[in-house]
Amino acid sequence: MTAALSLVASHVLAQAKVLDPGRHHVLHPAAPQAGHIEWLYWFIFWILFAVFVLMIAAFAGAGAKARVVASGPLPIVEKDEEADHRAGWAVGSAMAITVATLFVVLVLSVVTGKRVEGLTSKNPVTIQVTGHQWWWEVSYPNSQADQTVTTANEIHVPVGSPIVILTNSKDVIHSFWAPNVTGKRDLLPGYSSAFWFEIDQPGIYHGQCAEFCGLQHAHMGFSIIAESVDEFQAWQQQQLKNAAEPSTSEAIRGREVFLTHACLMCHTIRGTDAGSRFGPDLTHVASRNMIASETLPNTAGALAGWIVDPQRIKPGTQMSPNPLSPDDLQAVVAYLQALH
Amino acid sequence: MQVRLQLMVVLSAITVLGSCSREDRILRQPPSASNTLNTVQISGLNPGANLIPTPPSSNMYQESAYSVSEGQKLFEAYNCVGCHAHGGGGIGPPLMDSNWIYGSEPGNIFATIMQGRPNGMPSFRNRIPEYQAWEIAAYVRSMAGLLPKGVSPNRTDEMNIKPAESSTPKQTPTGITGVPEQPK
Repeated sequence: MTAALSLVASHVLAQAKVLDPGRHHVLHPAAPQAGHIEWLYWFIFWILFAVFVLMIAAFAGAGAKARVVASGPLPIVEKDEEADHRAGWAVGSAMAITVATLFVVLVLSVVTGKRVEGLTSKNPVTIQVTGHQWWWEVSYPNSQADQTVTTANEIHVPVGSPIVILTNSKDVIHSFWAPNVTGKRDLLPGYSSAFWFEIDQPGIYHGQCAEFCGLQHAHMGFSIIAESVDEFQAWQQQQLKNAAEPSTSEAIRGREVFLTHACLMCHTIRGTDAGSRFGPDLTHVASRNMIASETLPNTAGALAGWIVDPQRIKPGTQMSPNPLSPDDLQAVVAYLQALH
Repeated sequence: MQVRLQLMVVLSAITVLGSCSREDRILRQPPSASNTLNTVQISGLNPGANLIPTPPSSNMYQESAYSVSEGQKLFEAYNCVGCHAHGGGGIGPPLMDSNWIYGSEPGNIFATIMQGRPNGMPSFRNRIPEYQAWEIAAYVRSMAGLLPKGVSPNRTDEMNIKPAESSTPKQTPTGITGVPEQPK
């Protein structure tokens, strides 16, 4: 009962927006899709709440009416046709109400599914999201190859435009879930599918892999950065550029370290000889807020720690430890931090 | 009857428990031996003992199914498949047959990966960590059936007409054969 009450209390608080809206919450929709899902959630919640209250009331009423027989043989009760008849009606109508309610919920679920699915624009922003163990490859396909933007883990989208996400996976099944935006979508290896959403309010919304995909499933986060159309286009133009030429001598040395060590076996930095597609594209890595799939902030210390010993931070990750000398490490961090 | 049943239970428990270690994941790699291979070796002649590199702990990568499957993944990620295909060869020699030009021991394969070989095999020294080269060497051996069935990968993610590594018959190595002499 206490648990149920605290659940109710927490829902009421959430309803009253007393809690911090947060950036990772089903009940704070930032998109019409999540709004439809939230509406269905509250509809079902209040039905269940009413059922719960009625059940407890019936239970308490039956308890209050019951006669306690202290000892001796149980009293013999005469067969009462009238009471049997009433009980039959009560059970029958309760079943009818239950079936009708479940049918209404079923219909509304289907209707909500349709409302979440339906694409309302023929000119959306298309984004290809590919799941990897354990990060998200994000690209904005364009018929001209040099106009294709590739990044990782942070999905920039314009506010108020329909966004189509094309999904695929490189290894195992992942699931794309940003609760403020829309429902979960599985990313299946070798099977491309699509869904769409549209975000109303600018902000950063957190997402998470929602299908267990291996050791670091819990550290496979992403964020959706919703910004105005102008900001989005400026970001896209910046991302289209090749990597910035390093300006300081330390950063120049860092590029040399990057290109002569294991880094270039997995990562791309456009404009240099590093072109492997196995790990995230680092061409503009300094423009991201987080690294290692939303695991660490994008700071010099976190970058250095991640480069030297990623297996301590995310055991099992595909990134290998890199025992660089301190000078080389500082240089490569300086280079990466200059890649705006 | 009772005794035989107990014996069977004990034996099957040993079998089951014994197979656990093959799945041990080596997440914290031992530090790599510094400068294992710092010179390009072209001649097969060596002064003194015929030393070849040895894995950090004897055969730890050959006995771990996890390491071999990591090797399989890296074999593709580092584009070994570009020349050797999935073992059948193409630009580079096939790896699933019995012919080993530069030796079939893990150390031979490691040296081939790290040093490179004439006519096209690039040197991966300083480009990939040593433990990954050992993992790839273990996977390469599995393609010719040189690893136990229980360790070799039994499925691939590719459309592939060849049988899985775990059901490849053992190819007796030719060419440079035998275990090279190791330091005492």
